[in-house]
Amino acid sequence: MSRFAAGARVRARPADPDGHTRLPRYARGHTGEVIDVRATWQLPDEAVRGVFRAEPVYAVRFTAAELWGSGSHSVILDLWESYLEEAQ
Amino acid sequence: MSGEHGELPVAARVRRLEERLIAAGLATDAELDDILERVFTSASPVNGARMVARAWKDPDYRDRLLADGNAAAAELGFGAGAQGYLLKAVQNTPAVHNMIVCTLCSCYPTALLGPSPSWYKSFAYRSRAVREPRAVLTEFGVELPDTTEIRVWDANSETRYLVLPLRAADADEMNESELASLVTRNGLIGTATR
Repeated sequence: MSRFAAGARVRARPADPDGHTRLPRYARGHTGEVIDVRATWQLPDEAVRGVFRAEPVYAVRFTAAELWGSGSHSVILDLWESYLEEAQ
Repeated sequence: MSGEHGELPVAARVRRLEERLIAAGLATDAELDDILERVFTSASPVNGARMVARAWKDPDYRDRLLADGNAAAAELGFGAGAQGYLLKAVQNTPAVHNMIVCTLCSCYPTALLGPSPSWYKSFAYRSRAVREPRAVLTEFGVELPDTTEIRVWDANSETRYLVLPLRAADADEMNESELASLVTRNGLIGTATR
């Protein structure tokens, strides 16, 4: 089951992980909106260590103003559930 | 390909990596050869252009493409190359312009767009596309109205994107192969209008 649905406000976790991750640094700590539940895919952060655990992946849309403090475009990233927390 | 290619340090590194993967049982020689053969013989932006031309001609195909990119690619015979990822077509409209980037490396649907151009892999494009896409587009000669919203799709996961450019104004008078010849690789990336 996926924890978030389209329309949910989510925040990318701010922590800088020790090893490999597919959560780009520029999105960390920022809030966006789930626009789609993509699929259930293996978490790459663990797969590189030989631990294979699949979890939901969400397409999350961030505004440029949120990411960079300026700009009118938006950026869409696919983020694994572990990368996200509910936005306040 | 140049006969000196085998002497490059990177070629030696690739060979060693292949040997390690094969020794570890993660891949076979035949699998690696198969992938390379597919890339060199069939991966081409002509494939993506054909999908765009069909979508411009046939609204039902366009709807299927937007709903399920993998199935729409398979419909035109590009199924084998477009495996292993979720293909999403993103449609340009007068109100929205899409462009694709992979900020973590250089992912994109190679089978449908061909080998990626060197600028697509550059740090400059990868960092600037998400920060100042309008300025990047201007450098590519794409001038959009201020009111057009720009959406940048970062292929950081297993989703691969293909931009469906705005339908050519004279699409009704042209046949599908004429339309396909209008579509460029940059149009499929979103750094050209088509």
